[in-house]
Amino acid sequence: MDTLATIKKQIAENSVILYMKGSPAQPKCGFSANAVKILQACGVQFEYVDVLENPDIRTTLPSYANWPTFPQLYIHGELIGGSDIMSEMYESGELQELLK
Amino acid sequence: MSLQQQIETKLKTALSPNYLLVENESHKHNVPKGSESHFKVTVVSTEFQDKKLIERHRLINAILKEELSKKIHALTLHTYTTDEWQKRNETARTSPPCRGGSLHESSKDSK
Repeated sequence: MDTLATIKKQIAENSVILYMKGSPAQPKCGFSANAVKILQACGVQFEYVDVLENPDIRTTLPSYANWPTFPQLYIHGELIGGSDIMSEMYESGELQELLK
Repeated sequence: MSLQQQIETKLKTALSPNYLLVENESHKHNVPKGSESHFKVTVVSTEFQDKKLIERHRLINAILKEELSKKIHALTLHTYTTDEWQKRNETARTSPPCRGGSLHESSKDSK
C-alpha cells in the first residue's frame, strides 16, 4: 500500500488518532507531549503514529492535510489541528464535546 | 533583515493586526545560540472573525509558507479576534517546554 493510502486508512479506521514525534510514553517534542497530555486529560482512548519512526508519513501527511507541522490530531476523520488548537479547544471545553 | 523581522513584516502586511507579537523562543530549545528556529506568534486581527481555529492557523501558515518550508522548525500560534483578546485580558498561553526533539533528527529535515 502506498503511504497516502496507509494514512487514509489510519484516519478512517481510528476515531481519534494523533500523528506525533515520539510515543505517548516518550514524546520527543514539547508540542507532541502537550497534545498527549490533553488527550489523556480528556480520558479518551487514542491511536498514535510516531512520525520520527515513519519518515514516509512525515513527508506525505503535511501536503495531504495542508498542515505543515506535527502533532496533528484527527477526530472522526477530520483534522482538528496541532498542539495550540488542542490547548485552546480544551480550555473552552470544545474538544471534550468533540470527543464525546 | 532577521527572520523575526521578516515574519513581523509579512503578518503586518497580510493581517493588519490590532496587536502583533513575534517572539523568538529558540533559546529555550536544543539549538545553537542565536538561532532563529522556534517562534511564538500572538496576533489579534479582525481577519479572524467567524473563522475556526484551524482556518486561522492555515491562513498564517499560508502567509509564512516560505519561512515554514525552509527556516522555521516550530511555530506556536495564538490567534484572536479583538473581542476574544479582550476577554482573555490581553494575555496568551505560554509554549510547552522542549523535549529535545531536534536531537533526534538530522538538521536537514527539521522544520
